[in-house]
Amino acid sequence: MQHGKYRFIVGFLAIPLGLYALFVIWPFVQSIYYSFTDWTGLSPDFRMVGLDNYARMLDDDVFWKSLRHSLLFALLLPLVTLGLALFFAFMINVGGRRRKGGPVISGVRGSSFYKIVYFFPQVLSIAIVALLFAFAFNPDSGAINSALRAVGLDGVQPLWLGDPDLALWCVMGVLVWSTVGFFVVLFSAGMASIPADLYEAALLDGAGRASTFFRITLPLLWDTVQSGWVYIGILALGAESFAVVQIMTTGPGGPDYSTTVMVLYVYQKAFRDGQAAYATTIGVALLVVTLAFAAVVMRLGRRERLEY
Amino acid sequence: MGSTSAEHDGPRGTGRRDLIKRSAALGLISVPTMSFLASCASGGGGGDEDKAEAGKKTAKNPLAVNETAQLEFVLFDGGFGKEYATDAIKIYEKNFPKAPGVKFSATQKIQSTLQPRFNQGNPPDLIDNSGAEQMDMGVLVGKKQLADLTPLLDAPSYDDPAKKVRDTLRPGIVEMGQFDGDKVWILYYAYTVYGVWYSRRLLDSLDARYPETWDEMLAVCEKARKRGIAPWTYAGKYPYYIPFSLYPMIGKVGGREVLDAIDNLEPNAWRHPAVKACFEAYYELYRKGYILKGTPGLDHIQSQTAWTKGDALFIPNGSWVENEASKTLPADFDLAVSAPTGLDASDKLPFGTLWASGGEPFVVPARARNASGGMEQLRIMLGEASSKNFTAKVKSLTAFDGGTDGIELTPGLKSGVAALEKAGENVLNPRLQDWYVQLQKEKIGVSGLGEMMAGRLTPAEAIKRIQGFADEAAKDSSIQHYKHQ
Repeated sequence: MQHGKYRFIVGFLAIPLGLYALFVIWPFVQSIYYSFTDWTGLSPDFRMVGLDNYARMLDDDVFWKSLRHSLLFALLLPLVTLGLALFFAFMINVGGRRRKGGPVISGVRGSSFYKIVYFFPQVLSIAIVALLFAFAFNPDSGAINSALRAVGLDGVQPLWLGDPDLALWCVMGVLVWSTVGFFVVLFSAGMASIPADLYEAALLDGAGRASTFFRITLPLLWDTVQSGWVYIGILALGAESFAVVQIMTTGPGGPDYSTTVMVLYVYQKAFRDGQAAYATTIGVALLVVTLAFAAVVMRLGRRERLEY
Repeated sequence: MGSTSAEHDGPRGTGRRDLIKRSAALGLISVPTMSFLASCASGGGGGDEDKAEAGKKTAKNPLAVNETAQLEFVLFDGGFGKEYATDAIKIYEKNFPKAPGVKFSATQKIQSTLQPRFNQGNPPDLIDNSGAEQMDMGVLVGKKQLADLTPLLDAPSYDDPAKKVRDTLRPGIVEMGQFDGDKVWILYYAYTVYGVWYSRRLLDSLDARYPETWDEMLAVCEKARKRGIAPWTYAGKYPYYIPFSLYPMIGKVGGREVLDAIDNLEPNAWRHPAVKACFEAYYELYRKGYILKGTPGLDHIQSQTAWTKGDALFIPNGSWVENEASKTLPADFDLAVSAPTGLDASDKLPFGTLWASGGEPFVVPARARNASGGMEQLRIMLGEASSKNFTAKVKSLTAFDGGTDGIELTPGLKSGVAALEKAGENVLNPRLQDWYVQLQKEKIGVSGLGEMMAGRLTPAEAIKRIQGFADEAAKDSSIQHYKHQ
């Protein structure tokens, strides 16, 4: 009987696990393997070079710059995006003034409209968002500098993406803009499942908006926030940051390496310079960073789960 | 990544439990699978056995193309379109009626389409390896993936059997196809003229002519600025457009050797006085406010648009700009190109010294099944009729020297032809951009020249930094190094 049960479970798991192994684990193993070779990506012959690629990576200034920027993305982007998203979601769902005859908790006036507006960037592909902002940041005739001129700030005409001190912040701003809506919706859904009587009780005790948020909403939403944190961190380390940096920035990755990120560097090494093996080495470093990020977030975020 | 060949799902045939165990083991350890992995990058062997046999060498078939073998041709589908290639294919098919029709495809994704085929050893017979997904030529050559095109160059030309193909080409084309030694790996089909591009009408309206010395340049700039026109702009986000006029200026001031030393990554090549003088001249454009405001934040299209609108007078660019900017180019713009302005009368080379070189690199893979067919197709394209067809259709010159008679040239093209005539022997061909892409674009371009032209580095600092980049590249054993012959 016991044996049969085992077989039954395995029967269900085999195909998904097999697919997972083939399409997820296998490529990982392959890239780790290639990182020990001198494969160019353009010819079938290569040889083992041991840890040469890793030694080279540790000695590579551009790699360290890209690592620094990627870490900055992974730390700041979740903080800003999730903070904003929590604030918006709270105001949309809970933060409204109590109106006579209305429900106990409600959002600010026009909250259903805001909900749609915040979600709007989410329906645009990140490539389009990046292109639109690249136009907006155009220092000569872009929307931002034109607006500054229109309000009489002729003297304030930053170069935006052309200025090494500003470029990274411009890119980050675009990422916040394009991702915040998703989290507003995610957190709104989470907040909707918090029972209204908890809020009622808090209101009866005289809790204001801030204490309602920190004592009720946030603790009960913590699981959602945590998974959101991991998700956006991975976005910030991976695809999203690649797209905006590749499309928007000088070079791309500049000016003066001020916006280069690890994914971009992987791409450039593999597909511009014909150094696929070195690219996989940086890819391995990126894997380590991503795993470490997820581990740290899970660890820091561990709290007792509240049942309600 | 390497191809995922069928052997990898071997475990599927065994019991499910085995599969679980194996996949778990796979996730945990990688070392034992190493030898198995080695087969990933190299799919099939692709030896010589499946190459087409040589055909009969005749006057009409000097490359001895097998008359029954199929030709496969992959074109980069970019600014030049694909019509010029399909037209040339029609000629090939007419000349080799016994062969099956040419297998032709055009794509922008050269690397993603062809990289696996190189890895598997069954590449097509002729490739236009161009565009954003261009495969690194240095690596292809270094890994012996390309066929030597010498037989093509030594074959009689398509129009005149008394002349070799080699003798019908424009200056620099053969040299550009070489990497180390005499073998020619690449044939650049298009011919690009680089320099300073401007609207002749706008310049005339300033009552000025194109300046030959730097003092004259500054005077013209001042005139333009007084009229509210920014004298210069450039692709600020891709500052590796600046060299299109800066490098030939360095060559004009200091002689060809200075550029050769730079290309050869010689120590202190960038510290040559000519380099310093030219950097300082360009920096002066920034210092005097002669560069369109906001230029460091503009990409190539945005800067070109500002320039076609008449907000800026001069822009360093290549002859593709006529096609690329055609949508915003006013009909009465009267586009013209000039060889770069020099410093003064003491320059080593005369005014008119020009950077012109090949574009659209065509290669024949070493493992192509029908390599001689690929070369024959190129020979046809280098004939006068095909060349003329290309020039008429896409407003660009070809590697074939001539082919402009009897067709109406657009203003930019006409001025390019005139500039080439004026240059005569003094055509320069800096190689950094095809030999060391990262060095040229990201390091010298963005981090050196881009920073200097935005005013964030002085010329001395820029030179120091660029020399540092060049020294690093010279020492870097992971990149292939080349020397001028």
